[in-house]
Amino acid sequence: MVFLETATAVQMKDVTKRFGEVVANNKVNLELKRGEILSLLGENGSGKTTLMNMLAGIYYPDEGQIVVNGKDVAIRSPKDAYDLGIGMIHQHFKLVDVFTAAENIVLGLEEKGKLDRKAIAVKVKEISDKYGFDIDPNQKVYDMTVSQKQTVEIVKVLYRGADILILDEPTAVLTPQETDKLFAVMRNMKADGKALVIITHKLHEVMDVSDRVAVLRKGEYIGDVATTDTDPQKLTDMMVGHAVTLNIDRPKADKLTERIEVEHLTVKDKDGINRLTDVSFTAMGGEILGIAGISGSGQKQLLEAIAGLQIAEEGSHILYKDPEGKEHELLGKNPLDIAKMGVALSFVPEDRLGMGLVGDMDLTDNMLLRSYLTGRGAFADRKAPKKLANNVVDELEVVTPSIATQVRKLSGGNVQKVLVGREIAMNPTVLMSAYAVRGLDINTSYTIYNLMTEQKMKGVAVIYVGEDLDVLLELCDRILVLCGGQVSGIVDGRNTSKEQIGLMMTQLQDKEAKA
Amino acid sequence: MSSTHEHKEPMIRISKRTGISKPKAWGIRAIALVLALIVAGLVIFAIVKLSPLKVYATMFKGALGSPRRVWATIRDTMMMLCIAIGLAPAFKMRFWNIGAEGQVLVGGIATAFCMINFPTLPAPVLFLVMILASIIAGGIWGLIPGIFKAKWNTNETLFTLMMNYVAIQLTSYSVAKWESPPGSNSVGVINQNTNIGWFPSILGNDYVLNVIIVMALAVGMYIYLKYSKQGYEISVVGSSENTARYAGINVKKVYIRTMALSGAICGIAGFLTVSGASHTISTATAGGRGFTAIIVAWLAKFNTFVMILISFLLIFLEKGAVEIASQYNLNEYASSIITGIILFFILGSEFFINYKVNFRHGRH
Repeated sequence: MVFLETATAVQMKDVTKRFGEVVANNKVNLELKRGEILSLLGENGSGKTTLMNMLAGIYYPDEGQIVVNGKDVAIRSPKDAYDLGIGMIHQHFKLVDVFTAAENIVLGLEEKGKLDRKAIAVKVKEISDKYGFDIDPNQKVYDMTVSQKQTVEIVKVLYRGADILILDEPTAVLTPQETDKLFAVMRNMKADGKALVIITHKLHEVMDVSDRVAVLRKGEYIGDVATTDTDPQKLTDMMVGHAVTLNIDRPKADKLTERIEVEHLTVKDKDGINRLTDVSFTAMGGEILGIAGISGSGQKQLLEAIAGLQIAEEGSHILYKDPEGKEHELLGKNPLDIAKMGVALSFVPEDRLGMGLVGDMDLTDNMLLRSYLTGRGAFADRKAPKKLANNVVDELEVVTPSIATQVRKLSGGNVQKVLVGREIAMNPTVLMSAYAVRGLDINTSYTIYNLMTEQKMKGVAVIYVGEDLDVLLELCDRILVLCGGQVSGIVDGRNTSKEQIGLMMTQLQDKEAKA
Repeated sequence: MSSTHEHKEPMIRISKRTGISKPKAWGIRAIALVLALIVAGLVIFAIVKLSPLKVYATMFKGALGSPRRVWATIRDTMMMLCIAIGLAPAFKMRFWNIGAEGQVLVGGIATAFCMINFPTLPAPVLFLVMILASIIAGGIWGLIPGIFKAKWNTNETLFTLMMNYVAIQLTSYSVAKWESPPGSNSVGVINQNTNIGWFPSILGNDYVLNVIIVMALAVGMYIYLKYSKQGYEISVVGSSENTARYAGINVKKVYIRTMALSGAICGIAGFLTVSGASHTISTATAGGRGFTAIIVAWLAKFNTFVMILISFLLIFLEKGAVEIASQYNLNEYASSIITGIILFFILGSEFFINYKVNFRHGRH
């Protein structure tokens, strides 16, 4: 391939995209060079994904020009994008589960003649060797880890001859080790003269992998800097528009009280496979108990079992110790029973719109979800929820046209604020959250961390399932590490390293390693 | 952008609207209706060489041409509306109740049974008995698929559909049992001489009571869905069963309760038809309204007041179509074509309310 070291691959000129009243991108200018990795940085709803979707042919700009390889182009569909050598790896994978890696890779290609599996495998192998991917062309997608699926997505794009690659939050679901592997591959592609864009919220990754950083704020292009000339603090300030402190405050609560005791919890799924095996631990009021683990290690089942949404095997116990010292068994009760027992249990589930909230309803009606049964009579009282909705909007700075707006029309961060706001307003004694900051920008994430810490200092037992180990280590008092549905250890958040936890996530530790 | 490049801006792009003002939305619907009338007119002219205006005038006459016809249209509108009101809670719960047809029939059978067997009861008592019987019969017909869905997660679409066939057979059986005169294979008009169990005429009209009952149901259902705790539960279950479980809603109970309610109101529609309109029962009593009412409920997005308008429009078209079929010696299929064209445009207009079509910029 012939290319100039600093040849411009893509230039976006004054690109504007509106969705109705909302201006997602306002006259954005962006330049991407060959042989570089560009980080695209910005808060939630700042228009990063929209901008990249216009390159990938998902959206069409309302105004402005896109120049690829020095030519004015109109990218009307993903196919046009492929023709121009642009490939995007989306946040949510678009793979067919029952197909093999190779079948997924060639899916949609219009090649004449018979499907030549051998030739495909050879070409896939060629690509893998060149950039250092680890991929088995004959493996079915349903047998793959998240990281392997991502590899298939990247190879798929390369197979189509892409030399401009866009990765939308590729590290959100990876372990630190997997992330390192991905970055190594990205560097190989860069060395090969490809142009790469990575969208990420994790600043240390930006510093680690990229050559240049472009920042968007509220749809506007703020500017770009060479990575060597900046640091996380400066980047955050650029992104947010004002100075932000990047430390998570971790005060110690005066008093710890035992609140939830989980004993020998075993949960099977409907196929009879163990999702949790003999899990035991205690969650204390006045501390944040972090739960780390590769996604799908049983985090979901654990929280749902405590919330009364899972059926557990015999011999399992989840005891709630109320402030008077009385014990209540939570297993076998549904969420309503648990609430009726006087247990104030708040739960921010992973699936915000599919479980925690009703997307089609407005803010008021979503606040009502937890309180609609209060009050006498057949009619639901909407006065208190309305007030609560207004409070949450004010206190957590939710960006919404009004409290009568459907929740699914809000951006991800604002949806999360609505959910967390409602759950905290219940004055809980136990607060559980699953991936509370997934996909949220720095500002919102810190708001959530502070809310968790505030609850902890009030004596609430906070259980925080997270994926960013840096955050878990800064936020949590203790961290329980899950591996394949088993506890591989409980460690002190103040004196454990990221590598230790990473290792525990991937292999079960000697039981004696438990702190 | 010059014309030498291979890629050009697309001719037409479709984008989702974020919101649309009410007048604009109704404007789009009005335009759709006008376009529908124009297209239907062209089709009429092409097929039968008649002036479309004349045909429309005939349709209007058929539906609203005389006081008697006006009342017939109102009567049928009320029947359609009543079924749609019954379907609203089920569909709002995303429970595909295709069984309104059967629920109406069993409600009708229950009513006819009371009319035939309890002619000696005082009129107010008989009415109470009839309405209760139709509610119970329809309620049971809705309850059965509701219970099966809740307990064993059976497919409600197939289940309710099959319940229709059971109801039809039950009707045939009842018709054979109550046959009058013998050998006619029909029930005939029940209590033709005594008018026992017939709706009384109010203000000199036979169908005023139908209007009162259905309007009361419309208001009641509107309030129930919008303001009651149970209505809230229905919305949550309809949006996401997981969220409902999370909130501590007993999803099974909501399924069963709502389907009983849905069936009961459809049963009342059967009561209205038998006691308040036809005074007879046959397998044609529901007449496919149980299916058409599904369109009414969806188009109105479960708002019972909007349903009034849509029920009226559909009945108007139906009556008009029958009239032009007889006036111009067309068969009924010709009139169905017109109804089809008009419905197509009205349903299609929803697309333009939700989406915007952008044409290529002039400057290119």
